[in-house]
Amino acid sequence: MRALLNQRFVTLAVLAVVIAVLPLLFPSSYYFRVASLVWVSALAAIGLNILMGQAGQVSLGHAAFFGIGAYAVAIGPTHLGIPPWAALLIGAVLSAALAYLVGRPILRLKGHYLAIATLGLGVLVALVITTESRWTGGPDGMPVERLSLFGWRVSGSYTWYWVTGGLLLVGTWIALNLDETPTGRAFRALHDSEVAAQVVGVDVARFKLQAFVIAAVYASLAGSALAFMNGFINPDQAGFLHSVELVTIVVLGGLGSVVGSIVGAAVLVTLPQALTIFQEYEHLLLGLIIIVAMIFMRNGIVPSLSSLLLRRARS
Amino acid sequence: MNAKATLKTLLVTSAMCLGLSHGALAQGTVKIGSVLSVTGPSSFLGEPEDKTLRIYVDKINASGGVAGKKIELVIYDDGGDANKARTFATRLIEDDEVIAMVGGTTTGSTMAMIPVFEEAQVPFISLAGAIEVIDPVRKFVFKTPHTDKMACEKIFEDLKKRNFTKIGMISGTDGFGASMRAQCVKVAPSYGMQIVADESYGPRDSDMTAQLTKIKNTAGVQAVVNPGFGQGPAIVTRNYAQLGMTNIPFYQSHGVASKSFIDLAGAAAEGVRLPAAALLVGDKLPENDPQKKVVTEYRQAYESATKQPVSTFGGHAYDGLFILVEAMKRANSTDPQKIRDEIEKTKGFVGTGGIVNMSPTDHLGLDLSAFRMLEIKGGDWNLVASGS
Amino acid sequence: MMAEFLQFLISGLTVGAVYALVALGFTLIYNASGVVNFAQGEFVMLGGMVTVFASAAGMPLPLAALIAICAAIAIGLLLHRFAIEPARGASAVTLIIITIGASILLRGVAAIAFDKQFHKLPAFTGDTPVDVLGAAVQPQSFWVLGGTAVVVLALYVFLEHTLVGKAVLATAANRLAARLVGINTTTIMALAFGGSAAIGAIAGILVTPITLTSYDVGTLLALKGFAAAMLGGMGNPVGAVIGGLLLGLLEAFGAGYISSTYKDAFAFLVILIVLFAAPQGLFGRRVVERV
Repeated sequence: MRALLNQRFVTLAVLAVVIAVLPLLFPSSYYFRVASLVWVSALAAIGLNILMGQAGQVSLGHAAFFGIGAYAVAIGPTHLGIPPWAALLIGAVLSAALAYLVGRPILRLKGHYLAIATLGLGVLVALVITTESRWTGGPDGMPVERLSLFGWRVSGSYTWYWVTGGLLLVGTWIALNLDETPTGRAFRALHDSEVAAQVVGVDVARFKLQAFVIAAVYASLAGSALAFMNGFINPDQAGFLHSVELVTIVVLGGLGSVVGSIVGAAVLVTLPQALTIFQEYEHLLLGLIIIVAMIFMRNGIVPSLSSLLLRRARS
Repeated sequence: MNAKATLKTLLVTSAMCLGLSHGALAQGTVKIGSVLSVTGPSSFLGEPEDKTLRIYVDKINASGGVAGKKIELVIYDDGGDANKARTFATRLIEDDEVIAMVGGTTTGSTMAMIPVFEEAQVPFISLAGAIEVIDPVRKFVFKTPHTDKMACEKIFEDLKKRNFTKIGMISGTDGFGASMRAQCVKVAPSYGMQIVADESYGPRDSDMTAQLTKIKNTAGVQAVVNPGFGQGPAIVTRNYAQLGMTNIPFYQSHGVASKSFIDLAGAAAEGVRLPAAALLVGDKLPENDPQKKVVTEYRQAYESATKQPVSTFGGHAYDGLFILVEAMKRANSTDPQKIRDEIEKTKGFVGTGGIVNMSPTDHLGLDLSAFRMLEIKGGDWNLVASGS
Repeated sequence: MMAEFLQFLISGLTVGAVYALVALGFTLIYNASGVVNFAQGEFVMLGGMVTVFASAAGMPLPLAALIAICAAIAIGLLLHRFAIEPARGASAVTLIIITIGASILLRGVAAIAFDKQFHKLPAFTGDTPVDVLGAAVQPQSFWVLGGTAVVVLALYVFLEHTLVGKAVLATAANRLAARLVGINTTTIMALAFGGSAAIGAIAGILVTPITLTSYDVGTLLALKGFAAAMLGGMGNPVGAVIGGLLLGLLEAFGAGYISSTYKDAFAFLVILIVLFAAPQGLFGRRVVERV
């Protein structure tokens, strides 16, 4: 038991060290911004990983919750006069509520059908956001009032690096621990075999719903963070392409691996930045890298690399 | 096992960071930045802008640069993603240390980038269409394209001349279409216009006959306006002819201001009117028109270099670049603050979009006369003579 | 009233036919290999774009179309050989991500090889609209619907009445059993990819005179084709076609009778409701989970 505790603690400690030490390598605030984007995407991906990797479901519309969190902190202060931190919480509650309401019927579907249903959900949310321009500013988006906590205005790339890094640490801690709780074990059971899990007495429907809600809250918080950080939000953040990006991050990093989601986010966010030197060949190369990465590391970057290291260590 | 993996994260991330570092500023060059939507849903706008900037920066450098310094153009492609645009804006300021920027293809990406440039106090000449870019006026933000509000006003002006008051609208749900539609709705009452039908289509939709059928069947429709850009308006125009609606006057927006619209819409484009910059009818302008020289030269340069028809989007990039270059010459310095001051003092600048006269309260500098009302006849653009 | 209804009906069927062909492509590949190919839309794009550029280079239209179909088939085979085959045995999600990477790659190549402008093809038999009981129909619509019918029929004949077709059906039913009876499943899968690509390219050629084409039309089409395939029941070719037509009709009637802004929402809402009522899609096989 203590050994397991140590492993989780070590992972978290290493992550904390990475977050703390990385700034020493950054020559300008541009790098802080990119890193903050990585932490935000990683947070959303960890949530999706709980749903896809641990509980074995699939969601092609996850950016919808990201968008709800982002627009909650945009609309709340601007149109309703709610203080930003309260809007953040309301966004999370709304996402959880929507996930709960829609989750029950949707999660009865399986495999590709579940994928399409979640895709449909994502499309619907993105459409509503784009169309209701009186509230949301329409397809061009709307500005977001900066977050202020107890009088301290949170702004600037440096500040947001630490805030998003902190959020990521908390999110990682929860996800790592989840694996060891009865809930986490139930997730793993229903991932392995839904029928077997039911036979053993796991309330499959309830746990699927839990995973869905948890993932929605993660995405919502990540979305709110991005909106605050940018001072601006637009409907693309809730769109289909962003959902696909999130799924790609999770799978590329390693389905079921929390650290994998962070690595996947790091790769998928920084790669387009690094590929800009190739000008018009950027997309071509991005697609190629994704294909090659998935062929040679078919379980994802982290699981494949760790099993490679383990084999080396053993031999 | 997890620790090792996390260590890998550290290595991977730091390797990427080092890979992203750029060299220091070379002596005798000055960096100008640009974030354009060269790919993605707005590539119809972004690609001509990208090409124009490259062609003319090369030309400027070939003839000695600006005030003895060569221009280094740094272009990033945001793919139509406002979040990415924001990141590239930060990169331009922090990493590339540009002294000014001409870019921001779409209103979405422009609005996302404005805070970055305002905070860094670096001038930003935007190529986006919506009026909210310069209204309210922000110290460091300028723009070259006519606003969507101006487009509505020009169209309504023409409708009023022809004694039409009841109009139907069919707009794209993209940023450009939606914001122009909103402006038209706002401006309509002051021209005595009544909007009796209001339909929309997705920018990537392939068939708009359903929406047009509804407009056709609305009683009393005297004219139809289509705010949008890209392939949508071309399809709408074709559907319009298919449904036999061509007896109802049809107006496009300046979002289709390129010959490719006429090519795509084909015979259905006959008789369509739209407000556009003089660039499209350069060869039909009278000799004494002040814009004639500039637009003819630009069209010649662009078409011979790219083998593609000229478009006003590239023209806006041309205007932006040269307003900046002229300001740099006048300021005789590479200090962003001084350049900004000179941009604001731009007077009588003859561009492809019109004659630009900026002021501290007007960071666009164009008035309604910069827009010409055009009609498509015989597969080509024609100036509508005033009074017709 | 009637004219209006017919107008919506025909425009819905025309657009639906394209979705049907894309969905058919999805189904063919899924049946043979279990892969959901998100690069399916790119085949439609290739069909249109290659034809445009080939005929701009001076070739007569039919030849350009043929070249486009061959190019698409080649790309389909390459996709299978270099992206799907090496990842054999990987999980379904991994394969999906690979196809997503492939669609990004193909779009990137298209942007460079072609350009980022919009292009059109001339309608096969002219532009003059045909009057059908008050509805104005483009002649090209008939080509699209007719072409789709021909493809579906050809596919049916191929699957049911040729040996190779039966091998495809066998592979779809149970891959291991098919291999045990001597079917080379790898060849079958390559065939499925090639065939899917051809179907997609044909769809692109038929519909470009109406919808125009550009290097990135593939994404939205893949999305809608996938939705249509699910609506009809994944793995069922008849379902794919009906799902596609239905999706097109939902969009057209949604735009016409309800609201043009929310037509996509309406279509997806109906799909969700159908899936809640019939979790395997309209015609999907009832999957019996063996424990």
